Amino acid sequence: MDKALEGASVVFEIFGIPITETIVSTWIVMVVIIIGAYLITRSFKRLPSGVQNIAEALVEGINDFTVQTMGEKNRWFASYAGTLLIFIFLANISGLFGLWPPTADTGTTIGLGIMTFFIIQYQGIKNKGIGLYLKNILLEPIPILFAPMNIISELATPISLAFRLFGNILAGVVVMGLIYSVVPIVVPIPLHIYFDLFAGLLQSFIFVMLTMVFVSMAIETE
Amino acid sequence: MEFTEFAVAAFAVLGAGIAMLAGLGPGIGQGYAAGKGVEAVGRQPEARGSIITTMILGQAVAETTGIYAFVIAFILIGLANGVLG
Repeated sequence: MDKALEGASVVFEIFGIPITETIVSTWIVMVVIIIGAYLITRSFKRLPSGVQNIAEALVEGINDFTVQTMGEKNRWFASYAGTLLIFIFLANISGLFGLWPPTADTGTTIGLGIMTFFIIQYQGIKNKGIGLYLKNILLEPIPILFAPMNIISELATPISLAFRLFGNILAGVVVMGLIYSVVPIVVPIPLHIYFDLFAGLLQSFIFVMLTMVFVSMAIETE
Repeated sequence: MEFTEFAVAAFAVLGAGIAMLAGLGPGIGQGYAAGKGVEAVGRQPEARGSIITTMILGQAVAETTGIYAFVIAFILIGLANGVLG
């Protein structure tokens, strides 16, 4: 419990820059993704077998998921969505392996939220044109009067995305910490399945799905 | 311990408890969405996949206020811990 309250602790320092557990777990997740991607894609054949089946099913699932949510013309978004999904999922379940989940730190989640924010704004400007984009923000529904509201609602999008992911994962860490301080054996096992695996998968899906919804809202031109 | 420190810590912890009352709202909202989702699946079992997706998306948005309350409660408990040293 105390551990969860203090947040990620500093492991060591490089040139005065503190390296927290969050950064170390993120590095481990990155290494797992890079080595996994290298090992799986190294020997692809025309007729899939073994692990290639799983990889193809994953890619196909992400493509279908993107097309289902955003429509056929936005299939290109699957590459970003898939990357985000795999990273957030692995980050969420890293608590299972005794690491501090990187997503239980506002640094990671706000970073992801800012990425989404820039994609939304870029796609909005690109697809609507700068004139219509500015008109939507400054002159809708009442000219100038509602501009601050529109700007705040644009800025609130990444913040609510970030805090939803952060709060859910941190809640899991806190509850698990409480349970470990009361009953350290046997009881935490089924709860790990819920708080780490189920909530981790669900939250990564929700983050990606909301990103897709916001981006496709920005792309749509009325 | 000085009285003011004690008071700050006590009220911070109390405030954290009050903040978590916000857990009521998302609970009611998510339950309502789940009930409507079950109704929809009962009426149209073939649309089960898209109903579940939409339901979970709505529930995730409904959950936001509860999560904000949790973050605030967490900050308050952190404040109490900081005051008590």
